[in-house]
Amino acid sequence: MSDTSANNLPVCPLPLDDHPCVLLAHGGGGRLMHRLLDELILPALGAESAGAHDAAVLEATEGRLAFTTDSFVVNPLFFPGGNIGHLAVHGTVNDLAMSGAIAKQLSVGLILEEGLPLADLWRILCSMREAGAAAGIRFVTGDTKVVDRGKGDGLFVNTSGLGVIADGVDIRPGRVQPGDTVIVSGDLGRHGMAIMASRERLSFETPIRSDSADLGTAVQTLLRAGIDVHCLRDLTRGGLASALHEIAVATRVGIRIEQARLPVAETVAGACEMLGLDPLYVACEGRFVTFVPAAQSDQALDVLHGHAVAEQATRIGEVIDTPRPPVTMTSSIGARRVIDMLSGEQLPRIC
Amino acid sequence: MKYVDEYRDGATAQQLARAIARITTREHTLMEVCGGQTHAIVKYGIDQLLPGQIRLIHGPGCPVCVTPIAVIDKALEIAARPEVIFCSFGDMLRVPGSRQDLLGVKADGGDVRMVYSPMDAVRIAQDNPQREVVFLAVGFETTAPANAMAVHQASALGLGNFSMLVSHVLVPPAIESILGAPDNRVQGFLAAGHVCAVMGYWEYAPIVERHRVPIVVTGFEPVDILQGVYLCVTQLEQGRAELENQYTRAVSEAGNSQAQTLIRTIFRTVPQHWRGIGEIASSGLGLAPEYAGFDAEQRFGAVGRSSGEEGECISGEIMQGRKRPGDCPTFGSRCTPEHPLGAPMVSSEGACAAYYRYRGTEVNDPETASP
Repeated sequence: MSDTSANNLPVCPLPLDDHPCVLLAHGGGGRLMHRLLDELILPALGAESAGAHDAAVLEATEGRLAFTTDSFVVNPLFFPGGNIGHLAVHGTVNDLAMSGAIAKQLSVGLILEEGLPLADLWRILCSMREAGAAAGIRFVTGDTKVVDRGKGDGLFVNTSGLGVIADGVDIRPGRVQPGDTVIVSGDLGRHGMAIMASRERLSFETPIRSDSADLGTAVQTLLRAGIDVHCLRDLTRGGLASALHEIAVATRVGIRIEQARLPVAETVAGACEMLGLDPLYVACEGRFVTFVPAAQSDQALDVLHGHAVAEQATRIGEVIDTPRPPVTMTSSIGARRVIDMLSGEQLPRIC
Repeated sequence: MKYVDEYRDGATAQQLARAIARITTREHTLMEVCGGQTHAIVKYGIDQLLPGQIRLIHGPGCPVCVTPIAVIDKALEIAARPEVIFCSFGDMLRVPGSRQDLLGVKADGGDVRMVYSPMDAVRIAQDNPQREVVFLAVGFETTAPANAMAVHQASALGLGNFSMLVSHVLVPPAIESILGAPDNRVQGFLAAGHVCAVMGYWEYAPIVERHRVPIVVTGFEPVDILQGVYLCVTQLEQGRAELENQYTRAVSEAGNSQAQTLIRTIFRTVPQHWRGIGEIASSGLGLAPEYAGFDAEQRFGAVGRSSGEEGECISGEIMQGRKRPGDCPTFGSRCTPEHPLGAPMVSSEGACAAYYRYRGTEVNDPETASP
């Protein structure tokens, strides 16, 4: 194990003055690539080398497996509240959590651009390790490629994840039914606006920090408390509006929400006003919407309020049996309007 | 959020709606001029709170929608040049020209950049002295001061690589044009509050006189718009035609004199073509002769051999309030925000985009459609 710095992050072990940045040769399969792997990537991730193996070999488990993959191209790589490394772990762990699975193993694919400072790579991988340890996963396989300067924007990351679904857990859009209560786990739009603010160099009295977080623990507590969770969806690209729309259309039900109940932080609302964005469509990286039987909604909220990531969880609406229009919202002045799917891109490259 | 939340308050809005219903004894047709107001009306469902005798029709105040197709075609041709960095507000990137849009040029390799301010384009010109930086300057009196400031700055900095493709429009001549049409049905106007924050409202007094029509300078939040409607309906019910200001927290009669001076310094009033509507005398702004060096049309010579054909979009009828988005046979079927046939489906101030986004394709659904 490497030395540890004052803030408990391991210190980058490569002699940075030798090659302070990624070179094309770091992807060439030769000595430089092996040093990058053995001295930087694997120690930073806290992962073990597979030796000469081409694949990770895992023990087979009983029950059902969940498997998902996600690629991360966020620009900038570092932003208030996190970096691409946090997103790459939380994004995949959360996708598994939304199927009710407990995340177990992750793969890591790195596409490095020639010229990326190795110190940045180190910081990002250490963030992945921290996030991975907190989520209880292991990094079991990976790949590294280097592309020419100008062809990669620093770093792209892909993670794939395996998780285990406990017996009796059945979480999917098809189980959403009229009468269900719709709950969001926290305030909307933080991640998208944190990225936007840092990209546009907007500053606010209270800086907007990304909400990037592992949602797995909160979901598992809901399940252990006996809540019959019908469906879960994390509110990433397209935000709450797109998540609700997708579920309503897939399940052929209607969803009604109330604008006055939507939690949006003052700074996020202000930034959205300035930039002409609607927080309903702005991405989060640590929030989900859940559909639970109305009779269990109070209990579900009590459980969620016990988790830091969901302490602002709130009831925002209900499911009805009128499938068209799929999603409607009662506006703050008491009229109703349709909530449509996002058209085009509201904020490109935010995850 | 102070100055916002109190103007979105449900109880106040419903109280105003009841007050409007109490004073309304007959039918009235009002036009909100600005596309921002149209969006607020459709987004919050303000029209659903009004009595059935009051019809709100949507005006021409969407800068993206009224920009002529010939200007878009010029923009496309200039943006495709290898030496050019072409800067634009986001909405303009997706407006279809005769053949494609600016995003298409970007995908084909053109250096097209979305900016939030024309001053960003000036900075880009400073940072890229070897490139030609062109800003697509569209809009009403609201964006004119910032665009004028960009030219002023570029001139002060001696930037030889900055220019603007200008397509600026003015509100008062458009209102005159609507009132002068033989089939006009508009009985009262909610004037665009932000235009008046810059220009004041003294320009509207002669229009009120000449046409005996109430004009109420109105803001953009639900309570603003309902107050504007209340004032306008009160005048109509009492047989008055006066100029009133609902938006006193932002607008004075004289407006922002510094901004007006800057506009007069950099620009000249010119005849202007409005997409879908046609030419309106003295309804546009072009660069003054002293600043002609910053005119992209002059710098790049004769560009944009536009067919000028509008295709199937009925934007002119939409923007003059003769038809509603749902009256268009392509609305929501062949014309959607992903595949717009015309600008009103693209712009964040376009009426068709507002109806599609907030009412869905079922614009006649009684639950969410206007009365």
